[in-house]
Amino acid sequence: MIIKFFKMNFFNLIRLAWRALIRNKVRALLTMLGIIIGVASVITMVAIGQGSKQSIRDQLSSMGSNMVTVRPYSNQTVGGGAMLGPSGLQTLKITDIEAIKKSSPHVTAVSPVVSSSGQSINASKNWPVSIQGVYPDYFSIREWKLKEGILFTDKDVKTSSKVCLLGQTVVENLFTNGENPIGKVIRFNNIPIKVIGILEEKGESTFGQDQDNIIIAPFSTVQRRVLSIDYVQNIYASAIDENSSEKATNEITAALRKAHKLQNSEEDDFTVRTQAELISAISSTSELLTVLLAAIAGISLVVGGIGIMNIMYVSVTERTKEIGLRMSVGARGLDILMQFLVEAIMISITGGAIGVLLGITSSKLVTVFLSWPTLVSEPSIILAFAVCAFTGVFFGYYPAQKASRLDPIEALRYE
Amino acid sequence: MKRKILEIHDLKREFKMGDEIVRALRGVSFSIEEGEFVTIMGSSGSGKTTLLNVIGCLDKPTEGVYLLDGVNVKQLSRNQLAKLRNKKIGFVFQSYNLLARTSALENTELPLLYNASISSKERHDKALMALEAVKLSDRLHHLPNQLSGGQQQRVAIARALVNDPVMILADEATGNLDTRTSYEIMSLLQELNQHGKTIVFVTHEPDIAAFSSRTVTLKDGRVIKDIKNENVKSAKKALAALPVSDDY
Repeated sequence: MIIKFFKMNFFNLIRLAWRALIRNKVRALLTMLGIIIGVASVITMVAIGQGSKQSIRDQLSSMGSNMVTVRPYSNQTVGGGAMLGPSGLQTLKITDIEAIKKSSPHVTAVSPVVSSSGQSINASKNWPVSIQGVYPDYFSIREWKLKEGILFTDKDVKTSSKVCLLGQTVVENLFTNGENPIGKVIRFNNIPIKVIGILEEKGESTFGQDQDNIIIAPFSTVQRRVLSIDYVQNIYASAIDENSSEKATNEITAALRKAHKLQNSEEDDFTVRTQAELISAISSTSELLTVLLAAIAGISLVVGGIGIMNIMYVSVTERTKEIGLRMSVGARGLDILMQFLVEAIMISITGGAIGVLLGITSSKLVTVFLSWPTLVSEPSIILAFAVCAFTGVFFGYYPAQKASRLDPIEALRYE
Repeated sequence: MKRKILEIHDLKREFKMGDEIVRALRGVSFSIEEGEFVTIMGSSGSGKTTLLNVIGCLDKPTEGVYLLDGVNVKQLSRNQLAKLRNKKIGFVFQSYNLLARTSALENTELPLLYNASISSKERHDKALMALEAVKLSDRLHHLPNQLSGGQQQRVAIARALVNDPVMILADEATGNLDTRTSYEIMSLLQELNQHGKTIVFVTHEPDIAAFSSRTVTLKDGRVIKDIKNENVKSAKKALAALPVSDDY
């Protein structure tokens, strides 16, 4: 019966509903406003949530999405019960690098990292900066490219050459009058180092740290000449790709346990972190944010739905006589029900469509004026639209049912 | 023998008003043949509105038999009644009951919207024909508020004709109109009747009853008179006999 009904009447129903809305333009628009605001805010809120998630993801991946980091770890305490932080631990050795290289097929590159901070000086300029000592592989692990000059080589590492690469911030602060830093000798903590290259700008890290305020030099140069230590602070490695980072983690763990001669009962004296883990940890936080924002916006959609219900009740009462007439010329309860239901759905869907447009626009405006990253996602549009169509059906049904159950005699006589 | 459009036997309709039972119809019997023009008369409280509702398939009798074109109405469901009204009855109301801000043509099309078997093309054509029959071909796209009372009632008659019903059921159809316009409407109805339409006209004005071929009079829920009018007055002639008023 329903199918037969639709076949003949669907177009008429749409036309009828459309005309009813046109007849009361202002009222229809005001009724839609609730839905418009609801849908627009759902889309904008989700866009803001998704946008921030995406930008965090992008930043993390710019650090190298298949990067694996190893830090020393210990739950041992020194005298007095104070726990040692990772930087005070000396469990990672340069021999660990060889061990990882030998037994980890999913690891493509490994580099030890030592770092220190101090004052860099070029002629009359000086600037506080951190220095890192690494292998040449480090640059491929971090996906960090040279802007100018050349990289140092394994030979430089062997010979502890006093050469270095400068980050963009360092260049800007030490070479203020536009001279080319390459070939110049700067001093770091009074050690003269020759600049052989400039790194590409990397921007702020996820945590707001300036990644370009750095001097990178051969590992041994920093380890011996700057820090005078014989251990390794961190190890950076890269897995074949993002998906194999878990395998790489297991291989590195096994290699290091063996190298450190740990018994089965002993805990790791290091921790292995993948970038993927970090990404998912931070993503889940912003996921929660997105859900919260969407929930708040969803409430306004329900409020909009109640607005529709209210107006539909008014409309049914107002048009009682029309309903009576339609019934007297042969409209069945179902015909009347559909007429009002389609009208309610049309209000909500038209409102939804306007809301989608407004939501997309306001997301763009948020990006333009507040420079917040936004990402309008298709699922959020589909969801918001589906919810408002459902809202139309749900809140339109009761008024429509009321209309369909009117007694034609009473309805005809209604003034 | 002519086809019986309407057969009523011992029809009773009772309403419960709290503890009291109001007996609006207390055993009404008559039948109407095809091509008759019947007026149902009665003062208020006589039960004529209740009878009209039953005849119009808007209401069902408590007791008795009502056959409309051979169909027993009492056994039908709400939806079946709606279908019956759609196919067999054309209503004309006292207050026209046209849809506001809807053109004459679309008002006329209305009953056909609820008939599954009619295409939009057919609907349009039939509405045109019906409006032609009431001489409003030049007012197709006028809205009700752009039409005079008489014209609005003619649109309503066109709407009643459009589904080619077995009977036109008019409820005080001239009640809101002045004498001249009433006569015009009656003249139109007489013309339709001459073309074979069965018309049942509920009224309390004896003046109007003179134009019909038969008058059934109700009082206190019973038929007290059912007389054939041998000398049917022509509404056209009555219209011509009216003094020409300066108002026009």
